[in-house]
Amino acid sequence: MEFYHELQKYPWDEVEAWIESRTASHVETAVGTQPMQLENFLSLLSPAAEPFLEEMAQCSHRLTEQRFGKVINLFAPLYLSNVCTNRCAYCGFNADNPVARLTLTPEQVETEAKFIHEMGFRHLLLVSGDSPHIVTMEYLHAVLEKLRPLFASISIEIFPLDGGAYCKLIEHGVDGLTVFQETYHEDRYRDFHLSGKKRDFRWRLGTPERGGDAGFRRLGMGALLGLCNWRVEGFFLGLHARYLLRTFWKSHVSISFPRLRPAAGAYVPPSPVSDANMVQLLTALRLFLPDAGMVLSTRESPVFRDHLVPLGVTSMSAGSRTEPGGYAHDSDAEPQFEVADERPPRVVAEMIRSKGYDTVWKDWDPAFLHYSKAG
Amino acid sequence: MNDSLIIAGRVFHSRLLMGTGKFASPQQMKEAMEASGAEIVTVALRRVELENPQDSILSIIDPGKYLLLPNTSGARDAGEAVRLARLARAAGCEPWVKLEVTPDPHHLLPDPVETLKAAETLVKEGFVVLPYMPADPVLAKRLEEVGTAAVMPLGSPIGSKQGLRTRDLLEIIIEGANVPVVVDAGLGAPSHAAEAMEVGADAVLVNTAIAVAGDPQAMAEAFKKGVAAGRQAFLAGIGRPQRMAEASSPLTGFLR
Repeated sequence: MEFYHELQKYPWDEVEAWIESRTASHVETAVGTQPMQLENFLSLLSPAAEPFLEEMAQCSHRLTEQRFGKVINLFAPLYLSNVCTNRCAYCGFNADNPVARLTLTPEQVETEAKFIHEMGFRHLLLVSGDSPHIVTMEYLHAVLEKLRPLFASISIEIFPLDGGAYCKLIEHGVDGLTVFQETYHEDRYRDFHLSGKKRDFRWRLGTPERGGDAGFRRLGMGALLGLCNWRVEGFFLGLHARYLLRTFWKSHVSISFPRLRPAAGAYVPPSPVSDANMVQLLTALRLFLPDAGMVLSTRESPVFRDHLVPLGVTSMSAGSRTEPGGYAHDSDAEPQFEVADERPPRVVAEMIRSKGYDTVWKDWDPAFLHYSKAG
Repeated sequence: MNDSLIIAGRVFHSRLLMGTGKFASPQQMKEAMEASGAEIVTVALRRVELENPQDSILSIIDPGKYLLLPNTSGARDAGEAVRLARLARAAGCEPWVKLEVTPDPHHLLPDPVETLKAAETLVKEGFVVLPYMPADPVLAKRLEEVGTAAVMPLGSPIGSKQGLRTRDLLEIIIEGANVPVVVDAGLGAPSHAAEAMEVGADAVLVNTAIAVAGDPQAMAEAFKKGVAAGRQAFLAGIGRPQRMAEASSPLTGFLR
């Protein structure tokens, strides 16, 4: 069954009302329960759980350490293009924004990649705006040709493709797929995504499934925090992740926490999410899904990132540039979002180690995939 | 007393094997390795850069002191595991491999069918194969038949620290084995390791319980002692638990 049908079993308003109705005693029962049922998960997302954040954090810490060890994986994004045909109300790449647009040539990508490799990264995330006429399959293949020798793992976070295209990308050495649903509220989704292919809610929602069918080893997901009520969003995120974990049982599933933050001149998120809310969401998801990876980007401030390390995070980016050409080129291109943590990877790694965690730069090997020459 | 562990003709004095994942730092890992007395340490190939002499894990494992046992953790099927093992050998590792075929990345439970297939291929290619396997006595014999140098059945799900949940099956495996039986996965405390040795395992492999302990070095030493105590008790001969009491001075002893 497609996840879309699963989603429809839970009307947004009913979920919201259910969450609001939870009490402290529901939360007390929920915190220590393993494995956790949906009902308990809803309690942990509720306002009633706010006084229990410390207990949730302790549980999350213990569970994460047991499942993942005292380690944090590090990765870097590489932006290929900020050309975009979509009009997403919150995004710097919005087609209506009169900003400098740039698509890197495969040679420029290689220069960026070498810079990233030099910083120590072996896991790479390729990002692009929605521009299938520019970022074509041929272009991606040419880019991957340059990147494969440099990285142990390559994931993509580009516009959704069909299953056949994903199979081809896997053949060319991509092992991971990340796609954020932005919001699970189908009606509001259309308010935020004014035009372009991205307007198709169901096509986007089905993307991780097409990727899982194609055989990606890592599936990344997330909701853009700030668009709708994060508690309900968190519930659907958990539901979706559980569906993916159960359906694609051979793949890793990880959840990201992209948060829109109110900033001068920037998009004002209609439903802001506080630091405490973020902690509640992250720890609730960890207690519900002990095996899911939790990813934290440089959208968040150094102080907040430092404190989240022991709370359930398994993977972090560092030193990120969110404009194409941002690492090694003198780029004027528009970034997708403002980076809040600008510390170089070396400094972030030092911080992680000071918290009692080892930094893992390589946790995959291209030899697993069939294109390997070793085979 | 000469009580050595012999695997594929190679003699080891320690019966504790150690995994190198999940540690808070390479330094902690190194200290724990030393305290454990282990002579065989496993390293996930996916975690290391074999060609990089500065690799944070490989660079601190002294090949004079430890046998580096590369594992194929992350392999989904026989083909992937075989490719990884070949890669390690091509990069200069000894032809020993801890075979792990774990299609489910969360509980890392071994796939019996693919493990057997990969073992057969690797043995033919001259590898010394130590397969991680479910505690299945028939599979243990099948692996032995294709020529593995040991079998490594799990005590309980990996990382779970639940101890010997598979004890009854392990006893059957041990009873029937012509190759060393190394209990791998799930040992959460030195008492679990001691129990495995008491029932006759030839060795145990421990990782998570040491790596995520408050003091990994001290825990490594505690496991070393647990293994030694369990082994000593096994050699001394442990009486089986019985339903009826048995008097140490029987009343009818004079009749014998």
